[in-house]
Amino acid sequence: MADPILAVANLEVVYDDVVLVLRGLSLTVPEGAVVALLGANGAGKTTLLRAVTGLLGPHRGRITKGSVAVAGVDVTGADPADVVRRGVAQVMEGRRVFAELTVEENLRVGAHTRRARALVKESLERVFDLFPVLAARRGSVAGYLSGGEQQMLAIGRALMAAPRLLLLDEPSLGLAPRLVAQVRDIIAEINAQGTSVLLVEQNAVMALSIADHGYVLEVGSVVRDGPAADLLADADIREFYLGAPADGERRSFAEVKSYRRKKRWSA
Amino acid sequence: MTALLQNVFAGLSLGCTYALVALGFVVIYKATGVINFAQGGLLALGAYLGYTFSTSLAMAFAVAVVLACLAAAVAGAAVERIVLRRMVGQPPFAVIMITIGLLFVIEPVITAIWGFENLQVTNPWNIDTVTVGGLVLGVRDLWTIGLTAAAVVGFFLFFRHSDFGLAMRATAFDPEAALAQGISARRVYAVSWAIAAALAALAGITLAAGPGGLSPSIGFIALAAFPAMILGGVDSPTGAVLGGLVIGLVEALTRGYQDHLFAWAGDNVSVIVPYLIMILILLVRPYGLLGTRDVRRI
Repeated sequence: MADPILAVANLEVVYDDVVLVLRGLSLTVPEGAVVALLGANGAGKTTLLRAVTGLLGPHRGRITKGSVAVAGVDVTGADPADVVRRGVAQVMEGRRVFAELTVEENLRVGAHTRRARALVKESLERVFDLFPVLAARRGSVAGYLSGGEQQMLAIGRALMAAPRLLLLDEPSLGLAPRLVAQVRDIIAEINAQGTSVLLVEQNAVMALSIADHGYVLEVGSVVRDGPAADLLADADIREFYLGAPADGERRSFAEVKSYRRKKRWSA
Repeated sequence: MTALLQNVFAGLSLGCTYALVALGFVVIYKATGVINFAQGGLLALGAYLGYTFSTSLAMAFAVAVVLACLAAAVAGAAVERIVLRRMVGQPPFAVIMITIGLLFVIEPVITAIWGFENLQVTNPWNIDTVTVGGLVLGVRDLWTIGLTAAAVVGFFLFFRHSDFGLAMRATAFDPEAALAQGISARRVYAVSWAIAAALAALAGITLAAGPGGLSPSIGFIALAAFPAMILGGVDSPTGAVLGGLVIGLVEALTRGYQDHLFAWAGDNVSVIVPYLIMILILLVRPYGLLGTRDVRRI
């Protein structure tokens, strides 16, 4: 079998030399797949993405054990630019568009590691096809776009690197339901065009509805994984992420909370 | 009227020197978030390198200017590489103290190599003048203005339109997001220091070719570029250039008219006027005239 586009093995990450955030996490994204990574705040989802893309440094984090490989090549602790050149692009949490630059300049920055101008131009056309709103506002300063448009720009910017693997960190965060559906469709479209996707989400229904496979993360390690359809049907997952009991009966908030506590997977 | 225009001309020439130094401050501040107090040291270093090339080695002046700017750029990048890179992620306060330390290190190095005496830089301008419509214009001043204009235009073309300039602006706005796009922050920092040093060197050489000659205290002019940077807003390159010109004009005009207007205040009012403006501006607009007010839509 060919090497998966992303293979994380037994990864351990420590912040400030003391705070252990990932505790032996392993995860695989097969070539061409959409993999969803679910978990509550603080479970270590963003840390995992930082470890993959080499962005732990600015946060005083360090990989202390385990490995990250992109398409069979070890990139553990590599420079962010090397990871991008290997075909991994990231849409960071909170969009992080360059608000002072125009839409088109933001997209050009996304293609920073690429030298072939003709291919970059091709990518630009592709992004404008995918997001007509960006084409219409290509000369506008990114800071004046709406939240949804900024999310489109952040995704478009990542696509400018012509990635083989796209990492998305909570792309639905803070968006209206209609926009969440739009983001979902775009991710599906990007995947259909041949890019593998690792989708980090709290919106489990959205994520699992397009994923092939899902992982559930809790305090730094994987506590469950399986085909997306299985996870979506799973009563515990529904309970955790939808706040709705399987029988559809409403309970008081206090009851739900205590129930949740009892049913954590790991101590 | 002629006297007024004469003062304006002197102010423009002085303002160009301030503009170059202030632009250097802003370039480093934008890229690294640090105000580089060693800028004056780089200016002096550039001026002395220019002296070595043009006078000691008797090179053509144009060649000497280009070589001095390049050598200063290399020195600036080296300072970044050797000293400041270790400080990435440390509190700005500590980094600023280091740049102040650098300023005091560069000066003895210069006096050790070139001595304390006032040197004359061989240059084609001397004290030649041209007379235009009754105005007596110094050739050196004209060249200072012309070279500054060329350097500033060149900088803005690079900063606004080149891929690397774009990478610098992206890094200035959000270093982590820029890293995530595969931009090398180290290269951005090093290039920023190189650009600032080259601009300072150009300011230093044109200044050293002037009536004051070249002495180790030449770097003090960078202090007067401080108000220029504050006036424009610490993170605005356009503001730095405008601020430099404004401060130069105000200083020259004050000098020209102080005997009539501020006789009661003594002879050297013009020297403190830039700082008075700086304090005033900070009171009214703490982010400068063109600086970022830090409103962001997220």
